[in-house]
Amino acid sequence: MSEVRFHGRGGQGVVTTSKILASAFSRIGKYGASFPMFGFERRGAPVTAFGRFSSKPVREKTQIYEPDILVVLDPSQKDSPEIFKGLVQNSIMLINDPDDDPGITNKNLSKLGFLDANKIALETIGLAIPNTCIVGAFASLTGLLGFEPIAEGLSDYFSGKKLEVNITCAKRGFDEVKVINF
Amino acid sequence: MNTKEKSQLKVMTGNAAAAVGATLARPDVVAAYPITPQTEVIEKLSEFHANGELDAELITVEGENSAMNAVMAASLAGGRVFTATSSWGLVFMYDAVLTAAGARAPIVMVNVNRETPGILAVSCGQQDMISTRDCGWIFLIAEDCQDIIDSVIMAYRLAEDYDIQVPVMVHYDGFYLSYLSEVVDVPTQENVDKFLSVLNDQPQRTILTPGEQIGCGSHGILDGYVELRYKHCLALERAKDKIDIIDKEFEDIFGRSYGGQIEEYKLDDADIVLIGSGSMCGTIRTVIDDRRDKGLKVGLLKLRMYRPFPSEKLTKALKGKKAVGVVDRSIAFGFKGGPIYTELKAFSEDMKDTKLVSFIDGIANTDITKNNINKMIDMTCDLAEGKDVPEVTWISYAPQQGGE
Repeated sequence: MSEVRFHGRGGQGVVTTSKILASAFSRIGKYGASFPMFGFERRGAPVTAFGRFSSKPVREKTQIYEPDILVVLDPSQKDSPEIFKGLVQNSIMLINDPDDDPGITNKNLSKLGFLDANKIALETIGLAIPNTCIVGAFASLTGLLGFEPIAEGLSDYFSGKKLEVNITCAKRGFDEVKVINF
Repeated sequence: MNTKEKSQLKVMTGNAAAAVGATLARPDVVAAYPITPQTEVIEKLSEFHANGELDAELITVEGENSAMNAVMAASLAGGRVFTATSSWGLVFMYDAVLTAAGARAPIVMVNVNRETPGILAVSCGQQDMISTRDCGWIFLIAEDCQDIIDSVIMAYRLAEDYDIQVPVMVHYDGFYLSYLSEVVDVPTQENVDKFLSVLNDQPQRTILTPGEQIGCGSHGILDGYVELRYKHCLALERAKDKIDIIDKEFEDIFGRSYGGQIEEYKLDDADIVLIGSGSMCGTIRTVIDDRRDKGLKVGLLKLRMYRPFPSEKLTKALKGKKAVGVVDRSIAFGFKGGPIYTELKAFSEDMKDTKLVSFIDGIANTDITKNNINKMIDMTCDLAEGKDVPEVTWISYAPQQGGE
């Protein structure tokens, strides 16, 4: 079972990121369960979400304390020690970061993926909502699933023209994520 | 006949599952007011109404009190109704919740469990359920998204049964389930119609008709009042066997069972038992599997029906066990132990040597972690071995943080 913790802010689509992944995993016959934790629903407030993806049904209904994958949608949180809390050895991190060198080092990370998802989202969707780009990047970075289930998962949440541009956005994330191996 | 293969697998949240379940039951009238963490239920119902999937009168009300009064009136006029609320919303409709029960209006409502007023907390807890437990409604508690959709459908069979005619509240944990996205096997409309068709074959319940003079539990003094209350209590007693029968018939059509009043998990040969309800049960199951691998005979008893209190089923299942830890996600003001623990204790005579201990955890989003569950199992084991264990432990309370 992969345990993924998502960090972002209200309005960035953190919750939808975890939902799309749950849909995508269901398309390849796997089980996904994800839920966010926040108080009042408002834009700009920090949001944490938790995703578990497994070949067996997911029964746990707790927050994730020892993630093996971190997904950070808000680059302003990259210096916060909070996001690295409990990270297990040989873990993977994906961050939405405009910097050419994110400058992230953590002894437990084996792989870091980064890309300017806001820029890609602006170019493809026309909005600085990085979530679908991040979902595409997640698939190629982790290798847990291919692009096809991601595209199918997106169809649970978008339709028509919106679906089209979001698939383009996710595909660019899939193709353009930069990877540093530690 | 099982036509399960025609059903559809979809990823959805607990809130969406509640809205889909209600829509499949084909209600005549829906009235509800949004509140975190239930808002998405109303959003989904509005969406289904707009696209034609929900063929109901959707009343946009100005608050929860109006929502309950609207669905109560529609129910007493013979309609099938649905509403949804949470916490402060439930409290704001309190008088109407009581009146609906007194009028024996077979309403189905979901309540998304959240902490209640007193201290403002937008977080999970079953205190709202506890604050309305003596309203005379039937309470079911769901564990995951599938359980939510299935329980809403089953709730109609229970509420509208001619022998019952009592409103049913389906509870599920806010945040942990309301926003949980997971795969749900969505029942087909054909099968839900078939499952609910039994209700069409029973005598017509008493309904209010314009121009006709009839009262539905609206007034009563002395003998009249006593009779209504007595019969209400009898109906609640009948609901115990009824949910077991409904659960069985549900399994025949949909291939899923929730055990009726209670569900047992690895309980048969268990010496040590945890009693839980709602979303915590999934995590408890995983911890039980771990502990069983290490040789401990531990099991889970899931309380699915909380009102009426399934005392007969509980005492039968727990008799002969060494020790039982009851996990409450709420508190009973004025009692030391949690509400479910306190109620179960009233039946300790029927369980002879089974020892009971109370755990309070998960209040205001404090996470019921695997570590916490292991701690509860360890303490229950200590009790079984005759060690000195406090009667009540607030698992997540750390005095060093907040002071004594």
